Amino acid sequence: MFDDFFNVVKLRFNGGDVDETPSFKCPRCQSPVPMDKYEELHRVCPNCNYHGRLPASERIAITVDRGTFTELDSDMISGDPIDFPEYAEKQKELRKSTGLKDAVVTGTAMIKGVKTVIGVMDSNYMMGSMGSVVGEKIARAFEYATENGLPVVLFTASGGARMQEGIVSLMQMAKTSGAVKLHSDSGGLYITVLTDPTTGGVTASFASLGDVIIAEPKILIGFAGRRVIESTMKQRLPEDFQLAEFMQEKGFVDMIVERKRMRATLGHILELHGYKGKEV
Amino acid sequence: MDEKKTAWERLKLVHTKGRPTIRDYIPLIFSDFYEMHGDRFYGDDKAVIGGIASLDGTPVTVIAQVKGRDIDENKACNFAMPLPEGYRKALRLAKQAEKFHRPVICFIDTPGAYAGVAAEERGQGEAIARNIAEFMTLRTPIISIVLGEGGSGGALALGVCDELAMLENAQYSVISPRGFASILWKDAEREEEACNIMRITAEDMVRLGVAEAVIEEPLGGAHNDLDKISENIKEYLLHKIPEKCKKDIDVLLKERYTKFRKIGEFTE
Ligand SMILES: [Zn+2]
Repeated sequence: MFDDFFNVVKLRFNGGDVDETPSFKCPRCQSPVPMDKYEELHRVCPNCNYHGRLPASERIAITVDRGTFTELDSDMISGDPIDFPEYAEKQKELRKSTGLKDAVVTGTAMIKGVKTVIGVMDSNYMMGSMGSVVGEKIARAFEYATENGLPVVLFTASGGARMQEGIVSLMQMAKTSGAVKLHSDSGGLYITVLTDPTTGGVTASFASLGDVIIAEPKILIGFAGRRVIESTMKQRLPEDFQLAEFMQEKGFVDMIVERKRMRATLGHILELHGYKGKEV
Repeated sequence: MDEKKTAWERLKLVHTKGRPTIRDYIPLIFSDFYEMHGDRFYGDDKAVIGGIASLDGTPVTVIAQVKGRDIDENKACNFAMPLPEGYRKALRLAKQAEKFHRPVICFIDTPGAYAGVAAEERGQGEAIARNIAEFMTLRTPIISIVLGEGGSGGALALGVCDELAMLENAQYSVISPRGFASILWKDAEREEEACNIMRITAEDMVRLGVAEAVIEEPLGGAHNDLDKISENIKEYLLHKIPEKCKKDIDVLLKERYTKFRKIGEFTE
């Protein structure tokens, strides 16, 4: 919010157009979209249909039945497993500025009347990177679902491992994938919804393990970063490389679903797997 | 055992020319090694080798990342950076081991999974994720040993195990120190500084609950006495494999899950 305000101020002082309203520059088609319009569309670019990054709270609000979300492990905050300089302070600041405790929110909720364990990653918190808290909360969410016979719907968004937690962050890949595997072996349904961006250690763990893998249009999905690949290959990659449509073409995404159809789609898939909605 | 070295000094040792690779170790640790090729989907990745062998009479499955000993070997094995088909070959052989009740021994030695167009197109992320999940419930004992470099998810794909051992100078990290410095500080030249604060040594791994054992290297490093280091690795395996095989498999799986489940630091 304040960022937008300062951008406007900056524009004015830098001789920008005085009438300019805050706008969002789409990373796919580069066109500016007035911020209020972009937010009204739940952050979908009206020009190219790129599905932008949503705060976890907004994602939950547009996904679950109103008033049914109960958060799990809401007070969990990260330690500092490798005593990384300034990590603890940075966390404290981020908790204050983002209103989040870490990069994932988990809980239970009804989706079209079906009780579900839901997890939503938020890229506003250290690029959605996975450290101890993300690992622990996701593992617990799956364990809770296994114990209670519930399906899991997980919205992924991550830049990869939380490097400030060193090897401990890497081990969260094993912790989360193990919990997913036990949930799967118990017969539970796990729907992964890949959102922008899903990369690195999250792609190489729970994000790739869904029974059903859905992606939002035009979002980034990958293991290695584009720049890393470009620098080793010494050539530019095509524009659509690692986008949802590309990954579907390569066989790693079941379906691409628009945000406005997501809730209904999730409800149907849950129902088709035999999870019965409660009559309201 | 050598007296204390810094992480950076150990990193230099791991990159010393002549440091033994899995190809040096196999004939000295096992007999009758039969290599098996291919993932049955796409191809045969040369960065991962696997097969069956005898460990003093016990049939075992060996899966290993392969470093080259010279530039030609390194080109052939892609500098030990596996493609998805390498991980899928590893999983195929692990499943084969499960079927025939053979313990699995994984040797980790990679700077990381290959980052490139082919790897992305064939699902590097999915291949690694699948291995991690499947190894977690593989119904046969798994021992992993980091020989030199344990680079990130590319290492972890062979690192879900009942017990992890580190060679004394080996390292295990979420990203290379160079990558770490370049991403967090935008300065790859601060590699040494990164290396020394990242907690990537064998000792760190034991302290953080990632590894259970450290295998002693000869004075000055593994390259100084191949026979001795091979003997140390073999001795460790001869002690550890029967111990794990004796355990009830459900108990073993529970312990395997718990080993990873408890890593992390948080408050609530
Ligand atoms: Zn656009």
